[in-house]
Amino acid sequence: MVDLSVDLGFLKLKNPVLAASGTFGYGLEFKPFYDLNELGGYVVKGLYFSPREGNKPPRLVETPCGLINSIGLQGVGVEKFCQEILPQLAQLDTAIIVNVCGEDEDEYARVAEYLSRHKGISAFELNISCPNVREGGRCPAQNPEATYRAVKKVKEVSSVPLITKLSPNVTDIVSVALAAQEAGSQAISLINTLLAMAIDIETRRPRLHNIFGGLSGPAIKPIAVRMVFQVARAVSVPVIGMGGIFSAEDALEFIMAGASAVQVGTANFVDPDVCLKIIDDLRRWAEQHQVEKISSLIGCVKA
Amino acid sequence: MLIDRQARIIEKKTWGSYHLFKIESPEIANRAEPGQFLMIKVSSQLQPLLRRPISLHNAENGTVEIFFQVAGTGTRLLAEKEAGSTIDLLGPLGRGFTVEDRLKGQEVFCVGGGRGIAPLYFLARKLKEVGAKPVVFYGGRSQEDLPLTGKLKELGLEVLVSTDDGSAGFPGLVTALVRETLPHRSPAFLYACGPEAMMENLAQLCQEKNLPAEFSLESIMGCGFGACFGCVRKIRRNGQPSYLKICQEGPVFDLEEIVWQEKENG
Repeated sequence: MVDLSVDLGFLKLKNPVLAASGTFGYGLEFKPFYDLNELGGYVVKGLYFSPREGNKPPRLVETPCGLINSIGLQGVGVEKFCQEILPQLAQLDTAIIVNVCGEDEDEYARVAEYLSRHKGISAFELNISCPNVREGGRCPAQNPEATYRAVKKVKEVSSVPLITKLSPNVTDIVSVALAAQEAGSQAISLINTLLAMAIDIETRRPRLHNIFGGLSGPAIKPIAVRMVFQVARAVSVPVIGMGGIFSAEDALEFIMAGASAVQVGTANFVDPDVCLKIIDDLRRWAEQHQVEKISSLIGCVKA
Repeated sequence: MLIDRQARIIEKKTWGSYHLFKIESPEIANRAEPGQFLMIKVSSQLQPLLRRPISLHNAENGTVEIFFQVAGTGTRLLAEKEAGSTIDLLGPLGRGFTVEDRLKGQEVFCVGGGRGIAPLYFLARKLKEVGAKPVVFYGGRSQEDLPLTGKLKELGLEVLVSTDDGSAGFPGLVTALVRETLPHRSPAFLYACGPEAMMENLAQLCQEKNLPAEFSLESIMGCGFGACFGCVRKIRRNGQPSYLKICQEGPVFDLEEIVWQEKENG
């Protein structure tokens, strides 16, 4: 019997597969497909303090092996989330991670502080890396100092374990990861989407109303694996890897690159039960390769 | 809502760029309602990545039917599938048309433009079951764009066709045909599916005549079941217009709810 569990220090997961924020709604959307308790956990859609309308459509464009989105974090806000949704999630026997958003450092802290007063949240994932909410795709994760300040601010108001989600739209991701760690982040998750653009050559207009969006899907996987490898070598906190994971083989690449757990995103849209398949296939792969503990593979790449 | 990865195509018909598949899938067929749709995997590879939303053309006796037109890579790959092969379906999805018993004995208009005719066959069948009298308006560019005329007539429906080039039926847009027919009839309800311009035009007409109506909207979709928030549209429901997901809250919306043209800074 393979042991699929992984220990992030602040959180023990029954397996390393999490569903990624923004691709899993609030989780309830996936209840018709399978028992959510099978998951290692999932990250609910990003929450601002107040409800948000999101960006104007069109919000999606499909590209080779990829998807560009500019959803803009449409969501219900913390109050409705805590009153109507969280009580349903709190009954689940799986890690519930809440993606925390903010227009500025104060809002990150306000959201974290509000959520901290409610039961049922295993950890926060600090979303300092969404490319769709500020002009030109800018975000705090593009700057080590801004990252440090945002993490610090949240740590001051909340004792809920904190994961910081990084952006690939930087020249040196390691410096940002180190800043997050120094400010007290207990884990690093990466990568968020890559800032991208597509043009309709007939109308000569951008395909997205917002002009730019975030690219996800298999197209970005090699970039994500590289960045996970770089960050995992540099930090001492656990790393959660994501970016184009569609199969157990993809997940294993991230684990070998140094990820203690992985997040599955865009694949959930195509096969709503893909996380289950990945968990089953991870178990099968480990059995075939006589791996007793999946955690023994973390960072095992010979490089 | 379920996934049927082994649904078998038992019949395929092709008219130029239009295709009709009859697919064996009892579980989906038993739950399906007119106006709902399926998300169909067109490739087992990673390209194209996303499923394609295709409306349910019919559901009966353990089978579902889809009717679609090749419009891009996804539908081209779908059209290449042959009878006897299996197909991966997710559905039935969305909120369909309202078919109420109070329509019994009443005339109702079902207006389809081009491939927008697809869900109206299933709808007209259900309307007949409750005793309503559906009149189907079927518009296309040319006669070749009206391959379902015979099938609709076989259902015992009154079918009025229009073509932009005048090669069959009323010469002109289907909206003009509806406008011309309306004074001689007294429909209790109008249902429509087709190009945006057609539906917006019909919405104006319905508002002028105080005719209640429902419209099936189309959008690019990421998932089809409410997870991605990619297919939103401004909808006026419970007060202020807000972005609702076409896949989950629609694709069918009430005439009064739809915001037709979103202003740049509105």
